[in-house]
Amino acid sequence: MIASLSNVEVDYDRGLALGPVSLEIGDGEIVALVGPSGCGKSTALRLLAGLEQPTRGTVTRATGRGETSVVFQAPTLAPWLSAQANVALPLELAGTPRPEARRRADEALARVGLSGAEGARPAQLSGGMAMRVSLARALVTSPRLLLLDEPFAALDEITRRALANDVLTLWAATKPAIVFVTHNVEEAVYMASRVVVISRGPGQIAGDFPVDGPLPRPPHFRTEATFRTTAEAVSTALAAGVEA
Amino acid sequence: MNRLAPFLLIAFLLGGWEIACRVMQVPVYFLPPPSAVGAALLEHWPALVAASWRTLSVALISLLLASLIAQALAILTAVSPFLDRAIRPLASVVQVTPVVAIAPLVLIWAGLDHPERALVTLAVLVAFFPIFSGATAGLRSADPDLERLFALYGAGRWQRVVRLRLPSAVPFLLEGHKVGAGLALIGAVVAEFGAGSGGVRGLAWQILDAGNKLQTDRMIAALVVLGAMGVALHAVLEATERAGLKWWRGR
Repeated sequence: MIASLSNVEVDYDRGLALGPVSLEIGDGEIVALVGPSGCGKSTALRLLAGLEQPTRGTVTRATGRGETSVVFQAPTLAPWLSAQANVALPLELAGTPRPEARRRADEALARVGLSGAEGARPAQLSGGMAMRVSLARALVTSPRLLLLDEPFAALDEITRRALANDVLTLWAATKPAIVFVTHNVEEAVYMASRVVVISRGPGQIAGDFPVDGPLPRPPHFRTEATFRTTAEAVSTALAAGVEA
Repeated sequence: MNRLAPFLLIAFLLGGWEIACRVMQVPVYFLPPPSAVGAALLEHWPALVAASWRTLSVALISLLLASLIAQALAILTAVSPFLDRAIRPLASVVQVTPVVAIAPLVLIWAGLDHPERALVTLAVLVAFFPIFSGATAGLRSADPDLERLFALYGAGRWQRVVRLRLPSAVPFLLEGHKVGAGLALIGAVVAEFGAGSGGVRGLAWQILDAGNKLQTDRMIAALVVLGAMGVALHAVLEATERAGLKWWRGR
C-alpha cells in the first residue's frame, strides 16, 4: 500500500464536501475516481497529494519528498520558462544542480514524445503538447505515486485517447501507483486497473470495480466484453450515486 | 492619411493661431505667434537642451531609485504578512500626499546646498506608488495551481518569491514602471517649480525664469520641449513594455 484515506471527512463553508471515505491505493495500481461534478473527487485527490488537510480522519502516504507528483486539469506551466526549464523545475527546487536537472528534463521530454521542443515556450505549444510537458514534469522526479486531476478534460477526443495510451506506456516502464480523476466512464475503465465510483456530495464511495485485462491495453480493448460489462456496471453505480 | 491626421490638426491649429495673432495684433508678451515661438526655440536651443537633460536626468535617477525601493518593499510584503500590514497604509499615505505640499519641507531638509537631492526625493515619492502597487499585485498574481506545485516540491519562502512570484509579476512590473516613469518626469518638473529660482536649472526653471522676464515666446518654447520630451519618454516606455511582454509570454 502506498497511500490511504481512512474515515476521512472534509467540511467546507457550505457543509460537508466529502466523506466519510476510506480508500487504499496499492503499489503499482491505476485507480480511477469517477463521479459527478462537485462530488469531492478532486478533493480526495488533493488529500492524497497532501495539498489539503482532512477535517476528520487520517491520510497516510508511504512516499518521501519528491515521490508524489500531481498533474492538474490545465497544464499549469510557467509561461516565462522553456519546456525544458519547466520540466527541470521540481529537480532544481530540490537542489539538483542545473546541468543534471536539465539533462533529466530532456530525457523526460523525450519519454512523452517531445524531443526537439525543449526550447519552446508554453505559448508556442498546442494544448496536447503543453499537457505532455506537464506530464514530463510530473515524471521527471520518478514518482512512486502519480496523481492526475482530470488531466485530459480540456483536450479533443483524439488527443485524449493518444495521451491515455501514452500514460499507460509510461506507467509500464516504472509501475508507479496512479490515481486519476475523471467524469468519463469509458476513459476510467480503459485506463484503470480499478474504478472507484463516488456519489454526489457529500461524496461517498458508491462502488469499487476491478478491471480485468492486460495493461497497457490491447488495440481493440474498447470492443471487448470485459470493457463493456465493467463500463456498464460503473455507469449503473454512477447513476445510483447521482440519485442518492 | 490616418497617420497624418494629428499632424494636419496641429498644422491647422498653428495656422489659425498665427493668423489670429497677426490680424488681432496681440501683444507679443501676451501671446506670441508660433513663428516667434519657433524663433525663440532656435535662439535658446542650447540652453533648452541642457535644461531638458537636467530635468530628464532627475526623472531617470528618481525612476531608478523608486523602482528599487518599491520592489524591495513589495517583496517584503510578499514574504511577511506582518510587514504587509505595516507597510501598506504608509505607502497609501505617500500616494495621497500632494508633492507640492511636501516640497518646501523636503527642500529645507535635503535642499539648501543640494537642491538636486530634494528634486530627486520628491520625484521618487511620486514615482514610487504605481511601481509599488503593481509589484504587490503582481507578486500575488501567480497561478494558484503553480503555488500548490511549489508547495508539493517543498520550495522555501524565498524560492517561491524568486522563482515563482517575481517572474509572475513581470507584466504588472512593466505596467507599473511605465506609469511610474511618466510620473517621475512630472514629479521632477513640479519639484523644480517648488524649488523656485534657487533650484536646479531644468526646464521648469527655464519657464519660471522666462516668465519673470516676460519672455513669453521662450516660456512656450520650453513648454514645447517639455511636451516633446514627455511624448518621447512615453514612446520609449511603450516599446519597452511591448518587448518585455513579448519576451515574458514567449511570443
